[in-house]
Amino acid sequence: MDFNDYDTEGYYDELFEAQARPRPGTSILIDRLESLPSGDILRRQKAAEAALFNMGVTFTVYSDETGIEKIFPFDIVPRIVEPGDWKQIEDGLKQRIYALNLFIDDVYHDQKIIKDGIIPEEILYSGKCFQEQCRGINPPKGIWCHITGTDLVRDKDGKFYVLEDNLRTPSGVSYVLENRQVLKRTFPLVFEASKVRPVDDYPERLLSTLQHLTPDNTSQPTVALLTPGIYNSAYFEHSFLAQQMGIELVEGSDLVVSDGYVFMRTTKGFQKVDVIYRRIDDTFLDPTAFNPDSLLGVPGIIDVYKAGRVALANAPGTGIADDKVIYAYVPKIIKYYTGEDAILPNVPTYVCWDEKEKEHVLGNLDKYVVKAANESGGYGMLVGPHAGPKEREEFAEKIKANPRNYIAQPTVSLSRVPVIVDDHFEGRHVDLRPYVLYGEDIYVMPGGLTRVALRKGSLVVNSSQGGGSKDTWVLETVPGN
Amino acid sequence: MLSRVANSIYWMSRYFERAENIARFIDVNLHLILDSPVELDEQWEPLIKITGDIEHFEERYGDDATKDNVIHFLTFDRENPNSIISALTNARENARSVREIISSEMWEQINKSYFNLLGAEGESGRLDSPHDFYTNIKMQSHLFIGITDTTMSHGEGWHFARLGRLIERADKTSRILDVKYFILLPRVEDVGSPIDNIEWAALLKSASAFEMYRKKYRKIDPRKVAEFLMLDSFFPRSIHYCLMKAEESLHKITGTEPGTYRNEAERKLGRLCSELDYANIDEIISGGLHEYLDNFQTKLNLVGDAIFDTFFALTPIVEGQHNEFNGTLKGQE
Repeated sequence: MDFNDYDTEGYYDELFEAQARPRPGTSILIDRLESLPSGDILRRQKAAEAALFNMGVTFTVYSDETGIEKIFPFDIVPRIVEPGDWKQIEDGLKQRIYALNLFIDDVYHDQKIIKDGIIPEEILYSGKCFQEQCRGINPPKGIWCHITGTDLVRDKDGKFYVLEDNLRTPSGVSYVLENRQVLKRTFPLVFEASKVRPVDDYPERLLSTLQHLTPDNTSQPTVALLTPGIYNSAYFEHSFLAQQMGIELVEGSDLVVSDGYVFMRTTKGFQKVDVIYRRIDDTFLDPTAFNPDSLLGVPGIIDVYKAGRVALANAPGTGIADDKVIYAYVPKIIKYYTGEDAILPNVPTYVCWDEKEKEHVLGNLDKYVVKAANESGGYGMLVGPHAGPKEREEFAEKIKANPRNYIAQPTVSLSRVPVIVDDHFEGRHVDLRPYVLYGEDIYVMPGGLTRVALRKGSLVVNSSQGGGSKDTWVLETVPGN
Repeated sequence: MLSRVANSIYWMSRYFERAENIARFIDVNLHLILDSPVELDEQWEPLIKITGDIEHFEERYGDDATKDNVIHFLTFDRENPNSIISALTNARENARSVREIISSEMWEQINKSYFNLLGAEGESGRLDSPHDFYTNIKMQSHLFIGITDTTMSHGEGWHFARLGRLIERADKTSRILDVKYFILLPRVEDVGSPIDNIEWAALLKSASAFEMYRKKYRKIDPRKVAEFLMLDSFFPRSIHYCLMKAEESLHKITGTEPGTYRNEAERKLGRLCSELDYANIDEIISGGLHEYLDNFQTKLNLVGDAIFDTFFALTPIVEGQHNEFNGTLKGQE
């Protein structure tokens, strides 16, 4: 298999500058791929899929009574990020997360940013994500957003933009780690020659981030990961991370609040828990503080948290910073708290809450992607250019009925990467989700989850809608330099 | 260790052992049929009687206990909670909920066994070479036990796995022996005949005990066979051996001195174990083998219940009572 007929079709391609001209950092990989007999590449693709399946890196598709297990589709051609691009991403994300943390702390305390007129008060309270219960809370070490997964896209011009921030319970990092294991087996020689920055220390760093939050006077903290249970779609990740960190994986029913502390039920009695990496949403955490119908959480845990006797990561209330309307204000938030301009720009965004911007959006629905402010996973969206007139009309009604809940963005021509299609390579659109840890300092994992829209021409990378993944190689140096 | 986790490890191990033993039940019958003279009718219904699921079977298949129906019910029927496929599915679900505790190798093995079984089911619904198939199930289980022993630290979790496995195995060995009562109920004229010997040999083989029996007693003698499977203290599938080792694991978990008890599980298992320590095969047979085994199964169930109450049941917390951790907690205030 070779790239002689590979056509970038005018899109920004992550591996090629132009037809048959690999980027400097990718030439080792391209040479190697072209030197392999085509049957060999397909054999390696199959072997990689089999390895993921045997490792149980699967999710369950319930089409009938029995669940069918599938691996998250995976393409063995890695996406390569050169050091210069990575530097900008890393600096940009550190700046962004630092500012967002100050923002969250401010909105639950003095709300200076509102008093100074940077963000309209109404926007804060009209969303679903502001948690009244979190007002006045001082989380350990002043950190709210310990783990973030920020979605980036690259446009035609080759520039990176932030598409959205995920500060609640971002998932996918386990695929990054498992994909890397598989790719090291698949292309050991190219991997070695390419000087790829490692991602394998992520669990260790995550553990340090969590231990950093330990309430005072506890020298041997018990850290636990709280999962909704084995039927949750991200259960594999919960279990994987707990295993890699060597911490307890607990469900709500394993925990109990007593005497002002949180305990877990063990075969030898009740044992105190100090730090909880919770992978369930705010509103399910504590039926006495939030949703009384929830059976997932732990009654009374918020009171223990407020008293500083247990740490929760991410802190309840961080969701306010991934409301998509707040997102539109992030460049201003960065400027306000740091005095700097945002290193990574947002995709241009119209906020329908604003009367003038709403009218503009309603008049140009065929040009924009419209998103609900509080949905994730590609739900509650209108992709204007691909939608029919009837669909657009229905969506217009939704916007008019609840303008606060919608934002609109122009469609970005996402950059592309070659994938294996039968016996040749074709370009497919990708995004990138790097993971950021905020502990003693801010750490950006060099790499991240590259999601691929595997359907030809599609821009939707969500796994629920035909997306797959690739390993992401961040290079230490460009070969030859 | 979390109570929920201990419970899942215990059941993961029990269910895999159960799958293996159902394969053994079926295998013993397949062997018998091949070895039997033509006039002996194939008997399949007793297999269901010994698993205790006869009512459930009749609801679904009527009184049509043919070879195909029985084999399907015990192997691939998802509606039957005691079929091989249900047992392996449950073993895997339990393993999935404790993946962070068991080794990756254990998880991969249980995962492979499960998908092998699905593959076998998918082909035609009929097994072309059932002996190979059931032998394979047994080997998968042995492999899992070997991997468990060599990749998992022999701490609390491992002891819960061993406890579950041995209690399940003791129960199933007693049921395998009970097959003789149901299937092989000897006609007076057959006792000691070649047919009788073949049947007892088949029984030993189903517990992988034939060769070890031969080394110890050489001649097939029903009394000795029963003694070997029930009371031998060296053969790893004998009831006595299973209970001795189960008791050992139980005491490792709690740290209680051997020969004493601090909870109901230790008391009940200890007493049952002592009964077998001093049991005599002649007394058992004169009192009725089937009655003895039936009574044993009831007592073993009570041991299982006591293990649940002692370690897994989620008792409500009492204010100020945190067992051994209470002291640490008070020290911090």
